[in-house]
Amino acid sequence: MSSSETGPGGQAHGSVKEYVTGLILSIVLTVIPFYLVMTGTGSDAFVVITIVVAAIAQIMVQMVFFLHMNGSSEQTWLTASAIYSVFIVLFVVVGSLWIFEHLNHNMLMGH
Amino acid sequence: MTALTNDHDLHDHDDHHHHEAEAADRYMFGFWLYIISDCLLFATLFATYAVMGQNFNNEITPYELFDLGFVAVETALLLLSSFTFGMAMLGANAENMAKMKFWLIVTALLGLSFLGMEIYEFVHFSHEGATPQTSGYWTSFYSLVATHGLHVTAGLIWMFFLFIHFNRDGFTNANKIRLACLSLFWHFLDIIWICVFSFVYLRGAM
Repeated sequence: MSSSETGPGGQAHGSVKEYVTGLILSIVLTVIPFYLVMTGTGSDAFVVITIVVAAIAQIMVQMVFFLHMNGSSEQTWLTASAIYSVFIVLFVVVGSLWIFEHLNHNMLMGH
Repeated sequence: MTALTNDHDLHDHDDHHHHEAEAADRYMFGFWLYIISDCLLFATLFATYAVMGQNFNNEITPYELFDLGFVAVETALLLLSSFTFGMAMLGANAENMAKMKFWLIVTALLGLSFLGMEIYEFVHFSHEGATPQTSGYWTSFYSLVATHGLHVTAGLIWMFFLFIHFNRDGFTNANKIRLACLSLFWHFLDIIWICVFSFVYLRGAM
């Protein structure tokens, strides 16, 4: 059950303990937003922020405990390309929303 | 003389392993780049979904249709399958064929159940009047969620053929790399599903 052997792709092999920790954290981060929406607890803004934070946290948890990414020097290229893709994803999603928001606004204003 | 030959053999052996590990690294990095490009595909689908979020064309809305209890079960199935694939990887690392096969079968069954539920949901939505042609919202909904579903289907087909490969050839280097790639793919699909249930289902049911 060694947890730091390096396998294919320079990724550590992981251990049962690591996977169980990841599973438990994922369940907690899934139950919280589902509970809030299903019971209607809290204001809309609070619930939306919780959904976003829980989603980002769970993605991080799975990257660390399931994909064994740890930002070590053996994984420089993995980490660099992952950060690169995060930026592209943000440009695409936020950029689209921004552009269409303005488009909708201008159409309604009759420009 | 004998000692020298042995030494030489040993060196050759080490060298061989070193090359294999390097080749495995290259394959994994190549597959990682594919995952990143797939990530961008999903980003555009999520962006389309976000832009189309309110275009209901005066037709049925997600608020009236989404059943969060149902989605919670789908989420549980996929999350558990990600975990069981991890167990299969541990079996493969230990070169324990029975353990690896057992967990791979469990993973496939969980994935298949998820897919069954998703198809049932699509049929149910269509009967309620929400088809891909209904409105901009439903077009983007089906594009996004079904693309994820198609990836799960591809993962299941891959799992089936990999199972045959392991049956035939055992723990060869090639099979181990294939399993590691599929593991990456499967965990990636679970990560995409986190975004789907958060931004499509939870947000849509509010």
